[in-house]
Amino acid sequence: MKKRFVSFMLAAVMSVGLLAGCGSGKEEADQGASKGDENTLTVWAWDQSFNIYAMKEAEKIYQKDHPEFKLNIVETPWDDMQTQLGTIVGAGNYSKLPDICLMQDFAYQKYVTTYPDLYLDLSDSQIDFSQFAEGKLAASTVDGKHYGVPFDNGTEVACYRTDILEQAGYTMDDLTDIDWNRFIEIGMDVYDKTGYSLLSVQAGSSDLIYQMLQSAGFGTWKEDGTPDIAGNENIKQCIEIYQEMREKNVLAVVNSWDEYVATFTSGKTAGVINGCWILASVQTAEDQSGKWAITNMPALPGVASATNYSNQGGSTWAITSNCKNTELAEDFLSATFAGSKELYDTILPSSGALATWLPASESEVYNEPQEFFGGQQIYSLITEFASKTPSVNLGVYYTEANMALATAVANVSGGSDIDAELKTAQDTVEFNMGK
Amino acid sequence: MRGKQNAVGWLFLTPAILLICAFSLYPMISALITSFRTGTGTSMSFAGLSNYIRCFQDDVFIQSLKNCVFYLIIQVPIMLVLALVLASALNNPKLKGRGFFRTAIFLPCATSLVAYAIIFRSLFATDGFVNLIAVKLGILDSAYNFLSHPTSARIVIIVALIWRWTGYNMVFYLAGLQNIEYSVYEAAKIDGASALQTFFKITVPLLKPTILMTAIMSTNGTLQLFDESMNLTHGGPGNASITMSHYIYNMSFKGVPNFGYTSAMSFIILIMVAILAFVQMKVGDERE
Repeated sequence: MKKRFVSFMLAAVMSVGLLAGCGSGKEEADQGASKGDENTLTVWAWDQSFNIYAMKEAEKIYQKDHPEFKLNIVETPWDDMQTQLGTIVGAGNYSKLPDICLMQDFAYQKYVTTYPDLYLDLSDSQIDFSQFAEGKLAASTVDGKHYGVPFDNGTEVACYRTDILEQAGYTMDDLTDIDWNRFIEIGMDVYDKTGYSLLSVQAGSSDLIYQMLQSAGFGTWKEDGTPDIAGNENIKQCIEIYQEMREKNVLAVVNSWDEYVATFTSGKTAGVINGCWILASVQTAEDQSGKWAITNMPALPGVASATNYSNQGGSTWAITSNCKNTELAEDFLSATFAGSKELYDTILPSSGALATWLPASESEVYNEPQEFFGGQQIYSLITEFASKTPSVNLGVYYTEANMALATAVANVSGGSDIDAELKTAQDTVEFNMGK
Repeated sequence: MRGKQNAVGWLFLTPAILLICAFSLYPMISALITSFRTGTGTSMSFAGLSNYIRCFQDDVFIQSLKNCVFYLIIQVPIMLVLALVLASALNNPKLKGRGFFRTAIFLPCATSLVAYAIIFRSLFATDGFVNLIAVKLGILDSAYNFLSHPTSARIVIIVALIWRWTGYNMVFYLAGLQNIEYSVYEAAKIDGASALQTFFKITVPLLKPTILMTAIMSTNGTLQLFDESMNLTHGGPGNASITMSHYIYNMSFKGVPNFGYTSAMSFIILIMVAILAFVQMKVGDERE
C-alpha cells in the first residue's frame, strides 16, 4: 500500500516537473516583442557587422534624448526568419513577433500580400517618406501604402583588381561604360595573359541574370502580373551572355557562397559584379588593400533601354502588428533611420551601409577617399549609380521566378535548349501561382 | 488488485501519452486537415482532394520523387550489403583490433548531418580534396566540377549517405550476430562449408529480422532525406538532386507559402513509406 502511494507521488511529481519545465523553458526562449516594459523594443536583424551594427548605433543616438530607451536585438539569419515568420503567422500566435523586423526588399511584396496584417501601415505616421529614393521605396509600398522604413540599398557595383588588369594591359577606364561584348573580349584577354577569370558566380543562382535584366529595365512579369519568361528575348539574351562567358572562362562558376567569396578574396578571379553590400566581403582580403577599384557594370549590347546600372538586394525595417508601443517604434525609426545624418555618418565608413535616405547623401563622409579602393571616393560614386538605376517590379512571386530561372540556367549549362528551358520555367512559375 | 496495478501503470504512461498527443498526434491531425485546404498564407479555404491531385501535376515534385527513388534503389542495397559484410568480418573473434575498427566505422553516425554534408561539399568542390588527389594521381586531367553535373551530384550524395549510415546499420547486424551461437559456425566448418557458404546459409537467414528492420528504416530515411540535398548540393544543378522534403521546405518557406499543398505532399511521403514498409514486411514474413 505504502509502495503504491510512493509510486503515485513520484509519477505526480514527475509530470508536474515536466510541465513546469515546459513553462520556464518557454519564457526563456521568448524572443517576441517585449511586454510590460514600455521603453524596450525587440528587433530582428541578421548581420552583426552590418544591419545589427547599424541598429546598435541608432539605439545610441536615440538614447541621447531618451535615456531610458533600450533595444533588444535578436540575431536572426534571413533563412530562419522566413521559417519563423511563416510558423508564427501560420499558427496565428502574433505575440512571438518582434516589434521591428528587417526584411529583404525582394520578399516585401510577398509578405505584405500573403499576410496582410503582419506589418503596420506607416503612411500616416510622422515618418517623411518623401525623403527616400523612389525606386527603393517601391519595394515596401503596396497599393500606395508604405509598410516600411528603407534601410540599405543594393546598387550594383563592378569591382576589379587593378594590378591584374595592369598585367593584361588594361585600366579601369577600359572597363567603364562598356557592354557585355566588350567585357567578354577583355575577359578572354585577361584570362589568356594572367589566368584569372574576370567574374565569378554561384551555381544554381539566377541573380546575375536578374541584375543584367534590371540594368535595361526588364523584369520577368507582364503588366497583368503573369510570368513573362517563355519566349522572352531579353532573358534569352542574358542567358546566352552568361553561357558564352562561362564557356570562354571569363566567368567562373562555383558551387557555394563561401567558394564564391573565396574566388575574389583568395585570388582566383580579378573582379566582382554584385550589389554594393558585397564590398564588405571584398574588403575582408586586407592584403589586397589598394588593389581594388570600382566602376559601373557592363550594359546589355544592342538594347535601346540598356544602362550600366542595376540593383541586387537591399533591406527595409518593418514594424510588426505585435508592437504594443507603436508610437515609440515610429518615433525611434523617424528620429534615426529616417532623420539622423549623424547615424548615417557613423555607419557608412565602418560598415558600408549605403543610405537610401536622401539627405544623408549630402554628408561629407560620402566624399572621403577609401584607401582600400586606391583612394577612390566610392560612396559618392555608388550614390551616383543609384540615382541612375532603372526601377523594376520584382513581383510577389519573385522567389519562384528566381528559382525557376536558376534551374533553367543550370540546365542550359548542362546542354539543354534555352527556349525549351524557358518554357519549362514559365510552366513552373505558372504552376506555383495556381492554387 | 490487478485493476489497481493497471491504474498505476497507466499513471506512469500518462505523461508520455500527453506529450505524444500534444506534440505529435495533434500536429499530424492538424496537418491532415490543412492538406485539404488551399490558399496562400493565412487565407485558406476548403479544397477537397485538389492538393493531392496537384502533387501529380507538379513536374518538380515528380522530379524530386524520382530522385528519392533513385537514391533508394542505388544507395540502400549497397549500404546494407556493405554493412552486412563489415559486420560479419568484424564479428570474427580472431581479428585483432576489432573494437577499433567497429568504432571507426560507427563514428560517422556521431557527426551532425549538416556538418558532414558541408564537409562533403568542400571535399568534392572544384578545388577540393578529391579533385586535388585525382589530378595529382593522374586519374583526372583537370579538376571536375562534381556538383554541377546531374549524375555526379547524385553520386556524391549517395557516397555521402553510404559513409554516414553504413556504420549505423552495421551495429544492428553486429548485435544480431551476437545471438547466433558460435557452435553453429563451428559445425559448419567441420562439415566443410566455405566462408561464402556460411555467410549465405547461416548469417543471412538468421539475421533476416534485423535485415528487415534496417531495410525499413533506411527506406523511411531515404524518402525523408533533407539535409544532404539542402546543404551538399542545394538540390542542384537545376533540380537534379532535390529531394521531396527539400522541395516541401522550399515551397513552404522560400516562396509564397501554400501550406495546404505542402501538407498534402508530406502526406504523400507518409503513404509511400507506409506502403513500402508494408511490402517489405510481407516479403520478409516467414509465416505461411
